[in-house]
Amino acid sequence: MALSGIQIYKMLPQTNCKECGFPTCLAFAMKLAAKQVELSGCPYVSAESKAKLAESSAPPVRLITLKGIGIDVKAGNEVCLYRHEKTFYNKSGLFVRIKSSQTDIAAQVARADAYKVTYVGIDFTVDGFAVEADDPSKFAEAIKAVRAATKRPLILISSDPAVLSAGAAVLPGETPLLCGATSANWEAMAEVAKTAKAALAISGDSLDELADLTEKIKAKGVEDLVLAPGGKTMGGSLILATQIRRLALKNFRALGYPMLTMPGNAGSPERESLLAAQAITKYAGFVVLDKFSPELMYALLVLRENIYTDPQKPIQVTPGLFDINNPKPESPVLVTTNFSITYFSVANEVEGSGLPARLLVVDADGMSVLTAWAAGKFDAERIAKAVKAFGVEAKTNKKQIVIPGHVAVLSGELEEELPGWEIRVGPREAVDLPAFMKKAL
Amino acid sequence: MPVEIPKDKWTGKVRTVTLGATAAEGGTRTKSIVVGGDTTMPFMQFEAPTAHTPVIAIEIKSRKPDDWSSLLEETWGSVMSDPAAWAKAAEAAGADMIVLWLSLEDTADDAMRAVKSVLAATGLPLAVYGPGQVDKDNELLVAVSESANGEKLLLGICEDKNYRTIAATSMANGHLITARTAMDVNLAKQLNILISDMGLPLDRVIMDPTTGALGYGMEYGYSVMERLRLAALQGDAMTQLPMMVTPGFETWKTKESKVGVGVPEAWGDWKERAIHWETLTATALLESGASIVVLRHPESLKRVRTAITELMTA
Repeated sequence: MALSGIQIYKMLPQTNCKECGFPTCLAFAMKLAAKQVELSGCPYVSAESKAKLAESSAPPVRLITLKGIGIDVKAGNEVCLYRHEKTFYNKSGLFVRIKSSQTDIAAQVARADAYKVTYVGIDFTVDGFAVEADDPSKFAEAIKAVRAATKRPLILISSDPAVLSAGAAVLPGETPLLCGATSANWEAMAEVAKTAKAALAISGDSLDELADLTEKIKAKGVEDLVLAPGGKTMGGSLILATQIRRLALKNFRALGYPMLTMPGNAGSPERESLLAAQAITKYAGFVVLDKFSPELMYALLVLRENIYTDPQKPIQVTPGLFDINNPKPESPVLVTTNFSITYFSVANEVEGSGLPARLLVVDADGMSVLTAWAAGKFDAERIAKAVKAFGVEAKTNKKQIVIPGHVAVLSGELEEELPGWEIRVGPREAVDLPAFMKKAL
Repeated sequence: MPVEIPKDKWTGKVRTVTLGATAAEGGTRTKSIVVGGDTTMPFMQFEAPTAHTPVIAIEIKSRKPDDWSSLLEETWGSVMSDPAAWAKAAEAAGADMIVLWLSLEDTADDAMRAVKSVLAATGLPLAVYGPGQVDKDNELLVAVSESANGEKLLLGICEDKNYRTIAATSMANGHLITARTAMDVNLAKQLNILISDMGLPLDRVIMDPTTGALGYGMEYGYSVMERLRLAALQGDAMTQLPMMVTPGFETWKTKESKVGVGVPEAWGDWKERAIHWETLTATALLESGASIVVLRHPESLKRVRTAITELMTA
């Protein structure tokens, strides 16, 4: 359980020496409870208190890092149940499953490994691969083939500790995730994970069983654990994932680990897509997909980006001049802000209209038109600066810009800032842009 | 190791709302739909059973839309120019409910005729929405409301700048309304208060907090819905309304769904991508508290139905 300010205060020297920078020990304790300062700020805290406080300040979900060759994937370190409470930190790693019996491993891996898609200027890729020993005799060979085609971290799947041991031996210096331990094989699996310095996934039919196994395996010296709670239906999986995250947040250490889900076991690609989406929104640290398809991968990567966006820092679009529908020099220049939703609304409407235009995205600190205007972040000066900085004049032959209807009030000032330019006032809402462009421009 | 599973204890509850009236209830629907009644966060059935299964509505138009994706035109075909045939096809595709959007070109007579034909073609509960211009909405919806007295239609869309006329005619003719606000907990509450102040009982109001599509702001809508549900469970009466969201409308205007050519190869197969866009948006919103999802493509309906069935099975 996270400690309250008062509980922490009781463990501090209570001398109010002020050396931590706060007027009293209580004030410092309150800051500690809110995780706004580090305990190291207090020079006099006892070793005993330090140990207790460190225990309570450990992240509720253990951070697990899988390492490939120069590429890491992290899961864990999460601190909330709902993203609006703070944010979700380590994005669910998306892995593609390869079976050792497959004959086209190199090509399959190369295709998924090379996959790259851009969303709001950010490049996304697949995070890693899971190699399953469906034919144990070909496992090591398959891992080598996968490793030859990708540098990304790997998950190795087999229920046989000896098979996983041989597989992990192919990956010296890496941290793969071994999948995994069950009630039947946990002792041997713990040994394998320990020797290979690998992370270990644990499956169990109930939370009781999972908690029991994590404690036993931890006692054997393996601490980088991952939970594979399963669940037969979407409802069942959702409940298990929620219960585990809730317990972890209450500092129930035995379940304070990231989760692994395998929606690829779902039976059909349609179900796989639904379960994978649920895994991303509901707490999975690692997701293993059976089938690599660009259309699903793109949708899942965007969903993941949405869910893991810090709610306090909305996605911004890079300011600049964007071409829509192959504009010509005489095409209109429409001004908007760099708040992603604003940008998308405008870009979408213009794109949908089929009319060529240029979109001048002004740096308004990622705020929408009205908010930015009210905050003084979207004024004549900033718009004029963007017109100059992004070379609008060189690309058009009209010396005309269209500003959003909500900031019609800026036209006078803009005329002063941009002598010789015509300032047009567009509609207030993006949805009215196509009609405005057809009629008025 | 026995694990004690923590259960949330809530004092509040989402209202129960009934859509559509059967003959016994003074209408002509073959069945009515009950939504809401939730006492937990979505699908947390280990705390309490989910009172009512979320429902799927299909969106249709009184006139053939000229800006819909060709993928939608391919799948619905000729029924798109006949709302009655379209509603029937939607029912055959498995819809629980129909949302009929009237057009700007419709006269009050056209609107009444379209609604009448849809009511005759299907026994499903029906929502009727105006084209979205204040005067036109009021003109069409008042006519529809009066002519379909007692059907328990869901009329809309009520927004802060236009809710009085629609709420009043709903009140007078036994219908319900949709209250829509722009992705904001306080705006949603405020509109519900205004509507409640007019005297329309809140068990005749569905709220649409709006959501955005996957990749286009959905995370805002998603979090606003979670916050609204949390507030409802904590006992805030003005947030205790079932939520209806429109992933069909939201996703089919995105480039990912709308456009098949000239897009990055990494976007993959167009049709499958468009279905994923609609399905994943809908599923995420169901898990953040939606009671009604309004879709456009029958294949998405099929997949979202699978999701709902599975979510109801713990």
